[in-house]
Parts: sequence; structure tokens; C-alpha cells
Amino acid sequence: MSALLWALIALPLTVGTLLTAAGRHADRAAPAVGVACAAVTLGLAIAVALRHPTAQAPLLEDLPVRLAVDGLSGLMAVTVAAITAAVLLFSVGDIGRGESRARFFGLMLLFSGSMLTTVTAASLPVLLMAWEVMGATSWALIGFWWRDPARGHAANTAFLTTRAADLGLYLAAGAALASGQANTLALNELAHTADPWLSAITAGVIVAALGKSAQLPFSFWLSSAMQGPSPVSALLHSATMVVAGAYLLLRLEPLLSASGWGGPVVAWTGAVTAVLLGLVAVAQTDLKQLLAASSCAQIGFMVLAAGTGAVTGGTVQLMAHAAAKSLAFLVAGAWLTALGAKTLRALRGAARGYRTAGIAFTVSALTLAGIPPLSLWAAKDLLLAGALKESVWLYAVGLAAGVISAVYAVKALWFVWRPTPVSGSRLPHSEPPPLLLLAVACVGLTALALPPAREAVARVLRTTAEPAPLAWEFVLSGGLALLASAVVWTRGAPAIGAPWRDWLRLEAAARLLLVRPTIRAAHALAVFDDRVLDRTIDAAAHSALSLARWTDRRVEAGVDAAVEGVASTTRALGRWARRPQSGQLHQYLAQAVAAFTVLAIALVFVR
Amino acid sequence: MLTALILLPTAVAALLMCVPRTAPRRLFLTLWVATAAVELALTATVWAGYRPGGGMQYETQVNWIPSAGVSYHIGVDGLSLPLMAMTCVLFLACAVYALRETRRVREFAALFLFLQTTCLGLFAALDLILFFVFFDLSIVAMYFIIAGWGHAAAPRAALKFFLFTFLGSLALLLGFIGLYLAADPHTFDIIELTEANPLATRSLYGALVLLAIGVGLAVKTPTVPFHTWLPPAHTEAPAIGSVVLAGVLLKMGTYGFLRIAMPVLPGAWREYALVFVVVGVVSVLYGALVAMAQTDFKRMIAYTSVNHMGYILLAIGAAAAVDAGEQARQLAVTGAVFQMVSHGLLTGALFLLSGVLYERGRTYEMAAYSGVADRAPLFAALTGLAAFGSLGLPGLSGFIAEFQIFAGSLGPRPVATGLAILGILITATLFLRAMQQIFLGPTRLPALAPGAARPFPDLRAHESAAVIPLIALGIVLGLLPRFVLDVIEPASRTVLELLAR
Repeated sequence: MSALLWALIALPLTVGTLLTAAGRHADRAAPAVGVACAAVTLGLAIAVALRHPTAQAPLLEDLPVRLAVDGLSGLMAVTVAAITAAVLLFSVGDIGRGESRARFFGLMLLFSGSMLTTVTAASLPVLLMAWEVMGATSWALIGFWWRDPARGHAANTAFLTTRAADLGLYLAAGAALASGQANTLALNELAHTADPWLSAITAGVIVAALGKSAQLPFSFWLSSAMQGPSPVSALLHSATMVVAGAYLLLRLEPLLSASGWGGPVVAWTGAVTAVLLGLVAVAQTDLKQLLAASSCAQIGFMVLAAGTGAVTGGTVQLMAHAAAKSLAFLVAGAWLTALGAKTLRALRGAARGYRTAGIAFTVSALTLAGIPPLSLWAAKDLLLAGALKESVWLYAVGLAAGVISAVYAVKALWFVWRPTPVSGSRLPHSEPPPLLLLAVACVGLTALALPPAREAVARVLRTTAEPAPLAWEFVLSGGLALLASAVVWTRGAPAIGAPWRDWLRLEAAARLLLVRPTIRAAHALAVFDDRVLDRTIDAAAHSALSLARWTDRRVEAGVDAAVEGVASTTRALGRWARRPQSGQLHQYLAQAVAAFTVLAIALVFVR
Repeated sequence: MLTALILLPTAVAALLMCVPRTAPRRLFLTLWVATAAVELALTATVWAGYRPGGGMQYETQVNWIPSAGVSYHIGVDGLSLPLMAMTCVLFLACAVYALRETRRVREFAALFLFLQTTCLGLFAALDLILFFVFFDLSIVAMYFIIAGWGHAAAPRAALKFFLFTFLGSLALLLGFIGLYLAADPHTFDIIELTEANPLATRSLYGALVLLAIGVGLAVKTPTVPFHTWLPPAHTEAPAIGSVVLAGVLLKMGTYGFLRIAMPVLPGAWREYALVFVVVGVVSVLYGALVAMAQTDFKRMIAYTSVNHMGYILLAIGAAAAVDAGEQARQLAVTGAVFQMVSHGLLTGALFLLSGVLYERGRTYEMAAYSGVADRAPLFAALTGLAAFGSLGLPGLSGFIAEFQIFAGSLGPRPVATGLAILGILITATLFLRAMQQIFLGPTRLPALAPGAARPFPDLRAHESAAVIPLIALGIVLGLLPRFVLDVIEPASRTVLELLAR
């Protein structure tokens, strides 16, 4: 049993490492190997989802690597593996022969393998390991075309922003150990700790999750992450990386509710992100940027669901969004390759020129818009039922965010269906099948949010006690989405200005408030190090040298003079002493008489 | 066995000096590599025969200066064995890397072999005077290596290195004499001193001795503000000199804390642990920030060593909070020892790679390069791996060390650890910036001398053979750390027991 689970994560990670390491030698074989590996991984994911294995291996003292698959992990693993397979199949055509295909497919497998490890991790150390490796592979993928400095820059922004948030998980791990009540750092132990450590753990987890999921205020990194190849965006935005944060919050929902304050904070952050980043999406003029902002907004719903305890709704939203968003990015990528265009203006008529892609994109956009009966419509109501139980305001904000998603999705649709003739190259043969598969999945997943299948999902997730939406909620949200869509289609999307188009200038703010002061401090400290600290030490050495010289000149001369003085005095005394030794007997007699006389007188007086 | 391991390199060095200088260059280099390989094999044998949890093993004690209580006393335990193994790996990598060396090869090889004896001897020493002798001899050997084979400004940097660390060693000697006088009967034996805990009841005396030993070891580690000898020494040293300096010599300081300061002066350590925590955190942040401002690749790596050594100080300082959880403190100490090994391997690899960079472009200035990945993909990939390892990416050994340090230190010292965690973000920033500058973007290489086409060839065989094993070992330790942790954990438990007295 546990072998199955080890195989699930070891296969993509190993094959990915080998492909990446082999480099250009493996370019020819890479697409076949990559797709085959993804297909086998999908099979393994389905197997573990059905059999729920666990696995364990020693890592640190009393902190083993623990993997376990339960309902949530199983669904996640299947989603990740399925989307990876579809995206890699598409990449065979999109990443052409001239590219470093081995590096691309290898890194994609590593990326997906680390996401699979993240969703099957049952203890914090292994979760953190997979979590950070995922960040690093995303760095390598976003900067895949490394000759272009802007892409390297974007990769750095993405990695550093998410890593800044990742520090939260280090804190959470330390706090969990310090609490003494989560000694193996198992994820399901974290909720059983006591304050103040409970709050510290919750805060750390929330920060890490919001960073990874590009929620406010971290959203900006996702905008620059668009610099990567389109298949990377398709995978990064749908089933890996950005949804990892949402997954973590859904997984640790008991922790959020145990903390008391975690749930509302998370729910409101998600809701506000869904609204604000939805408006950012409306303001975009570039299709990939629009889709990126919409990822933040759609994931905001999952985060909102985690905060209100609507785990079923959040999970269904996650899966349905994964299918829709990967599809949208793949179509955008196909058009980018075929037409060389990604601005909405330049993509006018693209759907008419490329019918298959156009229909696929339409399915995806309508899903994102929340049009009934497609999957995200019902999923949103499912999760908003949880919000309604918490607070009417939260529900209202969620509904508003739903309307906004209809606005940006239909705005994109409106452009691509303009009756403008387009001219571009044909799509490669390998591209339409994955698009159609994902479109079918988009439609098919609708069932999950509706009663019979929904209850099965809830049983799998063991979340049957969660509130279910009433009929009027479905009607209200569906009606609003249809109304908004109709207005946008006929009247056009509202024009929204500059700060929204620049992603609320969050990146500029982060640079101004965090990056620049840090770099200034670094330079100031370096100057201090060179000019003050080092010079002080040098000065100390020099003063020792000066002291030596001074000693040499002054003290040494003095001592020398003293010694010389003693010597010359002694010499003078010696000369004096030599005087009486004349060798004349009569002089000696006279000296003896004088000496004895003095002696005699002395004796007389002393007595 | 252990004595043979320690003295063999010096014996070979003496042999080399008897061979006339005119003998073929290859003879010296081959002999050097062979000796380093035998040393590694010997360490592996010692490791194979070592029983984890069995305390001090392979002990040898011979009278040396009995009137002063000095003996040749050596042995290994879980603190020293991983470091000795790491030392042998690094020296072998250095020997392989130096296979193309042409300048005064005989002396170069002999000096390195002698240096290897001093390093191994220090980690095995169980007598303070023996420890001190090896400590000082290592400085002497390193002085000649920097001065004789370094870059242009090497003599000055070497002198600074020598005088600064020598001054530190004098403070250390003062502390050792303080311990000697405090013990009854007088002895320099570390094991006896540890058992006797001579300064348990004399807190002022204990504090002064700890001050002397602490300053002595802090200079060698180095910690802020005693680190200013490090950047010039590294910048001017030859590549493999830097490897040994950063990989092995710095560990002498941190090892000294774990071997001498904590077990022999438990009371004073507990009382003044906060000082070490603060020095550790300041070193972490200061080292990382100053590294970020560097434009010279090698100097930048040198400053990251200050940062990495800071984590160790933080961990061993936090471990002194005996009222905090046992498990956490245990993790912190284990992490500190693991960090020594991990830093040796990864920073060793980085210094070798910086040597490759200099050899190709004749400068360490990062701005002189761009898009090197185009010319040298293997070089770029390996540097990237080593850099990610150094910034603590999971899957490489640095993460295992730093995760344990942070997770273990947070409970006892929440504020300090919270600040220190920022260090891994700053190191991530500086390494990514450096990699982007050197490897990514359009290709641009340092200005060529007129008429001389200087391509940037990828790693040569001997360079790969030196670097790849270090990084591979870093990955093995990052994924399967148990075989080392099994050795370290009992020893760190012992340190904590001794500290709790």
C-alpha cells in the first residue's frame, strides 16, 4: 500500500530530475517520456485516491516524513495529476523542437511532483520541503527563457515573494514544537495546541498560504509570473503552486477554527481578494494578465471557503477552477504561439479563426463567469452557503465577487468573438485533444456541485455536516451572473483606470516599503563594515605598530641611555679604582696605615 | 587507527619535501590525491567501526608533558566524526581540483597535507593544549597558502588573517590556562575537565574564562564584530585555500563551542547564553545584508559564511534555555552540528566554482559577466544547485540544518529566532541576484585582451570531479540525512545533559 504512495511522488520527481539533469541530450525523447510519466502518475493518483494509503520514513529525530491520503488529498492528487497530463500533452506541440525540451518537461514533472508531495504530506517538515521545492521549480520555469532579463527578474520576484511568505511555515513548525503538544508536527495535531503557540502556528500558516496563493497583499507576484511559457502558467495557476495555499487552508481548517480569529481573517482576506483582484482582472487589456488576476480572485473564493469551514465547496471550487483555468491558459498560449498576440485588442476574432480553441475557451470563460449550469456556478453557491451562515456581509461580498467574475470573463469572450478576420499559423495537431478533454472536464465537473455527486464528495471529504445552499441562492447567483454577462456582452465592460490595471501598484509598494529600505540598509552596513569596523581593526593594528615605533624611539632610547650611563659610570669607577693599584709598596703601606687608622677610630666611637 | 589517520598526511608531506623539486609535477599531485583518497577511506573505516551512541571511541592517550598535565589524548564521538569525514571529503576535492596547478606544486601539496593533519587533529583532540597546538598550526599553514598562492594583494590579507586569528588563539590559550588552574588536580584534559566541571561554584571566574574562550573561538568562527579578516582572506586566497578556510577552519570555532565551552563551563554558558544568541542573530542578519551589498562574487560568499555561522551560534545559545522543551533544544544542537557539515560541503562547492569563474574571466566582479549559462551550462547548473543549497532549499543539506535550528530555537528564543529566519530570505535574494547577474540574460564576458580570444569553456574534467561529489553529497544529506543524524543525535543529547548540570 505505502509503496503506491511512494511511487506516486517518486515517479515524477525522479523522472523530472533525470530529464533536467540529462539536459539537451534528452531533448528528443523528453516529450514522450514526460507525457508517459504524467499518464502513469495519473493512474497512480487514481489508485491512491481509491485506497487511501499512508507511508512513513524517518527524517529528523522524532519527526518522520509522513505521507497520507485521505479524501481531500485523494481528490487533490487526481486533480494535479490530470491537469499535469493535459498540460504536458499540450506542451508537446507548444514547446517546439528548438527549445530545451528536456529541461522543460523535467522541470514540469518536478513541479507537479512537488505539488503531489505537498497534497499528500501529513506532517509539517515534508510539507514545507515540497512547498519550497515547488517554489524553486516555479522560479526555474518562469525564467525558462533565461536569456531575456525581464523573465529572470520575474522569476526572482515570484520566488522571493513566495519565500517571504514561506517563512511563516518555519515559524509554525517552531511554534508547534515549542507548544509541546504537537511533537511529531503532524498536520492534524496542530489544532490541538494551546495559545500563545496556537495563534503563532495559525498566523504562520495563514501567511504562508496567502503568499503562495497570491492573495492580498501578495498578489503581485502572479502578474510577473506570466513571463513564463503558457503551459507553465496553465499548470501554475490551476492545479499547483497558487492553489497550494488554498489547499493548505482547507486542510488546516480545524486549526483556523480552533484559533478563533483565523477563520474570519482568512475568510475576509479571500473575499476582499476576490473582489479587488476581480476588478483588477476587469481592468486588464492583456488576456494572460486578465486570467492571472482572475486566478487570484477565484482562489479568493477557496480561501473564503476555508475560512468559513465550507471545505466541500472550497474543494469543488478548486477542482472546477483547475480545469477551467488550465484550459483558458492553454488556449491563450495556443493563440499566442499561432497569432503572436496576447492583448485583447489583437486577439479580436481569434475564436472565429480557431473554432476548436474558440469553443474550448468559451466553455472555460463561461465556467469562470459562473453561468448556470456550469461547475463554478454551483460550486460558488456551495461555498457561499458557509459564508451566509457566518455573516450576511461576507455572503454579499462573495456574491459581488461572483458578478465581477462574470464581467471579466465575458469581457474576454466579447473580444475573441468579434467578427474580425485573423491570420496566423495552424495549431499543431497535438494541441486540440487536451483542450477538448479539459472542456469536457469543465462541463462534467458541474455534477460535483449538485446534490447526488455533491453528497458523495462530502462523504469522501467527511464534511457532510456543512450547510447546503437553498434553491433561491442558486437562482440568485445564477441570475446575477447571467444579467452581468448580458450587460457586458451588449454594452461592453466598464472602463477601469490605472491603479487597477497595474495590479493596485502592489509591487511598487512592496519595492518602496520593503525592498528598497533593505537594499539601502545592506549598502549602509557594507559601508560600515569597510569604513568603520575594518578600519577600526586596522587602526588598532596600526596603533600597535606606532606604539612599537614610539617604544623604539623613546623608551628604547631611554633604556639604552640608562644602560649606557650605568656602563660609563662603572667604567669611570673602574678607572678610579685602578688609581690606588700602583704597584708601589710604600704607597700600599700608606694606604694600609690610613685604612687601619680610620678603622680604629670607628671602633673607638662605636664602642 | 586515529593517530594514523591524523599523522599520515604530514608523513607524506615530509616525504614530498625529500623528493627533489625537479621531479615531475604529476608525481606530487598524484601522491597528494592518493593520500587524500586514503584518508577518506580511513575515515570511512572509522565511521564503519563507530557505534552511534557509544560515547567517545577510538580513544588514545599518551603522556606528553606530564608535569603540566598535558597528554596526547584523542578520540571521536558524534560531534567530531561527521566533521572529520567532511574534512577528508573537502581535502580530497581540493586535491582533485588542484590537479592542473603549476606553481610550486611540491610545497603546495605538502602544505595542504600538513593542513589536513592539523584539521583532523583538532577535531580529534581531547586535550586543551593539543587542541591549541592544532588550532595554531592550522593558522600557520593557511597563512602560507594564502600568501604564497593567492592573488595580488594576498600578502597583506594573509598577514591580517594570521594576526587576527592568532590574537584570538591567544585569548583561547588564556582561557585554557584559566581552566587548568581551576581544576584540581590541574589538568588540560577535556574529558577530565568536563567531568570535574571545575568552575561550577565560581561564577565570576567562570565568566572570565568563558569570555576568553568565547572571544578566541568567535574570532575563528567568525562572528560579528570579529569577522573583518574573513573577506580579504577569502578574496585573496586561492580557490582551494578558500574551500579549506571556509569549509574546515571556520568549523574549528563552532566546534570549540560544542566541545569545550558548553560541556566544561555549563553554568557560565547557561548564564551568558543570551550573549551568544544576540551575537548569533546579529551575525545572521549583518552577514546576510552585507553580503547582499557585495559586487564581488567571492567576497559575497565569504559574508554568507558569517551568516551561516550565525545560525549555529543562535542554536547553541538557544539550547542553553534548560527550562524549554527537551526535544526542541535537542533539534537545535543537532541542527548546529549538521549545519557545520552542510556549510562545509556547499560553501566548499561554491568556492571551487568561484575559482572556476576567476580562472575563466580573471575577475570576481559579478557585473563583468552576464549570460554565462550560454557558454557553460554545467557550470551554471552546478552553481545554481550550490546556491540554492546555500539559501536553504529543501532537498539539499542546508535545509535539514536550518530547519532544525529554527524549529528548535523558536521555543526557547522566539524573538531572536523570528529575526534570524529573515536571514534565509536575504540569502535567497542575494543568491538569486548574483545568479541572474552572472548566468542569465544576454551573454557578455569580461573585456578581452587585444587579439586574445578568450572563450568561456564549461567545467573541465578535474573541476567537475571536484565539485560534483560535494553537491551530490549535499543532496544525499538533504534527502537521506539519517545516517549522519544517527551519529550526531546521541552526541547532542550528551552535550545537553552536560549543559544541564
